[in-house]
Amino acid sequence: MKGKVKSAMLGIALLGAASGALAQSEQFIPALSYRVGPYAAGGSGYFGGAIDYFNLVNLTGGINGVKLVWEECETEYNAARGVECYERLKTRHGGASTVEPLSTGIAYGLLDRVEKDKIPMTTFGYGSANAADGSVFKWVFPIGTTYWDQAAAMIAYIGQKAGGVDKLKGKKILHLYHDSAYGKEPIPVFEALAAKYGFEFMKIAVAHPGNTQQSQWLQIRQANPDFVILWGWGVMNPTAIKTAAKVGFPRDRIIGTWWAGSEEDVIPAGDAAKGYVSAAFSAGGTSFPVMQAIVNKVYGAGKGNLEDKSRIGSLYHTRGVSYGIIIVEAIRTAQAKFGKGKVMTPEQVRWGLENLNLTEARLKEIGAAGLFPPIKTSCADHEGSGMVRFQQWDGKEFKALTPFMIGDRALVNKMVHESAAKYAAEKKITPRDCAKEM
Amino acid sequence: MTFFLEVLISGLLSGIMYSLVALGFVLIYKASGVFNFAQGAMVFFAALTFVGVMELGLSPWLAFPVTLVVMIVLGLVTERFVLRPLVNQPQITLFMATIGLSFFIEGLAQMTWGAEVRGLDIGLEDLPIQWLSDRFGMSISKFDLAAAGIAAILVATLALFFNRTRIGRALRAVADDHQAALAVGIPLQQIWGIVWGVAGFVALVAGLLWGARNGVQFALTFVALKALPVLILGGFESIPGAIVGGLIVGASEKLAEVYLGPSVGGGIEGWFPYILALLFLLVRPEGLFGEKIIRRI
Repeated sequence: MKGKVKSAMLGIALLGAASGALAQSEQFIPALSYRVGPYAAGGSGYFGGAIDYFNLVNLTGGINGVKLVWEECETEYNAARGVECYERLKTRHGGASTVEPLSTGIAYGLLDRVEKDKIPMTTFGYGSANAADGSVFKWVFPIGTTYWDQAAAMIAYIGQKAGGVDKLKGKKILHLYHDSAYGKEPIPVFEALAAKYGFEFMKIAVAHPGNTQQSQWLQIRQANPDFVILWGWGVMNPTAIKTAAKVGFPRDRIIGTWWAGSEEDVIPAGDAAKGYVSAAFSAGGTSFPVMQAIVNKVYGAGKGNLEDKSRIGSLYHTRGVSYGIIIVEAIRTAQAKFGKGKVMTPEQVRWGLENLNLTEARLKEIGAAGLFPPIKTSCADHEGSGMVRFQQWDGKEFKALTPFMIGDRALVNKMVHESAAKYAAEKKITPRDCAKEM
Repeated sequence: MTFFLEVLISGLLSGIMYSLVALGFVLIYKASGVFNFAQGAMVFFAALTFVGVMELGLSPWLAFPVTLVVMIVLGLVTERFVLRPLVNQPQITLFMATIGLSFFIEGLAQMTWGAEVRGLDIGLEDLPIQWLSDRFGMSISKFDLAAAGIAAILVATLALFFNRTRIGRALRAVADDHQAALAVGIPLQQIWGIVWGVAGFVALVAGLLWGARNGVQFALTFVALKALPVLILGGFESIPGAIVGGLIVGASEKLAEVYLGPSVGGGIEGWFPYILALLFLLVRPEGLFGEKIIRRI
């Protein structure tokens, strides 16, 4: 709460400084955050990380002189409130440059609105995978990676453990999922991969919120799968890990999604979480130069957003920092085309997001090499990477098990384009001809 | 057969955890006729205060009485500023007041202690007891057995308190008729203060057990939702009813999930207890142990 108030005050202070002739010298980014409610731990860490990075950019001269300004609105992860926040903020401070709701429900609620308002929306690590097809979803950017790529990467990882994907034949892989659109999203990919590689795919749903799972884990023990994929959210994750321990299922054979792969997911499970594996689209820790700069310059100046300093470098925090970097680099990319040192319009920011080329070298310049994988987007590919890494909880921290790796991207891409084409037909959208937009 | 028994036993043990939350509802309903929507928030507040106090450097043995005092103060403040001004108002007004109270307590808890997820170790291992595992192939933990024991002690203590003490009898008199109780000199405010304090204690016990199992986080407020079918089945004013209702809900939802779930796509244990409660309402609206509703026409 304190951080939220601090952030809002900073936003207002910056707005005050921007009055009169300077009114359009700042780039406004609305923050549809959630710092209270069931998912507050994720929201506060994530938006805390993004705001810390925006502060760092402002403290070091802005984006070619253009300072960032933001304003938070508490959504409590509630779709209706999220839409209300978007409507309230979209015209503030000269207009929103982009929006990131960090909620699939809110993102679905905004899908038609951002198209109408011409404001690009990022869905960093969530949302519908078919939005990666930019020819259909012009204003939506599931940038970095999607649930479908995560699912494919999980199978690739299990394949690695088995000695190659060809060794998956005859294995049993069980999908334990949150009984929602989120949990069901990867099922088509798992089924397609099961058909391709010959493993047996089983699935068990967990009703929201998932705070008791004895019946599911007894079924799992009976089915005796080789691996369990934990597609959970919130309290479902530590409950799954603890119940797995209770029925004697080895935790190193559970592979969680990135939303089941933060410190908040494993700490409540205590010792039961040791050995648990999860996917990740960014790394944690404070060893990266950009994180060091945040610690020294932002927190050193008393402008840090996280109240609990021990959370600096936690996975939610670094995800927020990664999101911040992507947005800043998209604005920088747009400025390179439309005018350095100018405030970009949402349409120009959209162009920046669509022409982002965060190479390994550029990430190194920013001090973020290894924080997340290189990203290169295009009209046809609003995802730009699809890479995932795997990490293991050792009781104190997540240790990397693999470098950023990719699953069966050809299969996923084919499914993305088929699904997007179906969506376009349903909604009567004429896909853009990306060849003409090069 | 072993698998069926294991599912059944695990369901009964889960049900006891629901009963612990339901007990708090029963206490307040029994004494004031108010359905306290804020009970889930009280569970969350109690657990969060306990870990918050421990983070300040207190041992668990000190944190427990400190949290208990906080919960009793919360109960007394609720009585003084929420219930007392609403005496003799329609039940729905009191119910609405507890909805508001629920949001207030949730906000207060997060504002005071932060919204981060915390682990809670109460020293009870939640791993299968080896000899039970080896002998019967069942995964029952010390934690499950301790929770059952704690619930049994709580029920016995509360039953004795209500039936064998002067305060308990006064509580029952207040529950029967506020006006009549006042007329014979029973101090209504004092009684309500006591019962809210006891409900705070029950919330603390439930919060510690649920917090140790799932982590201390906002989702603790959701456990109150499972208490609703428990109350419908057991009866809103019966302490043994809360336990029996919990056992029925726990066992039936687990058996339904395992044996019916796969044929309908799974994930049914979220709504199955409500269907069961709804069916029960049709045949016995006062619940198994609730007072028979007799109305003169």
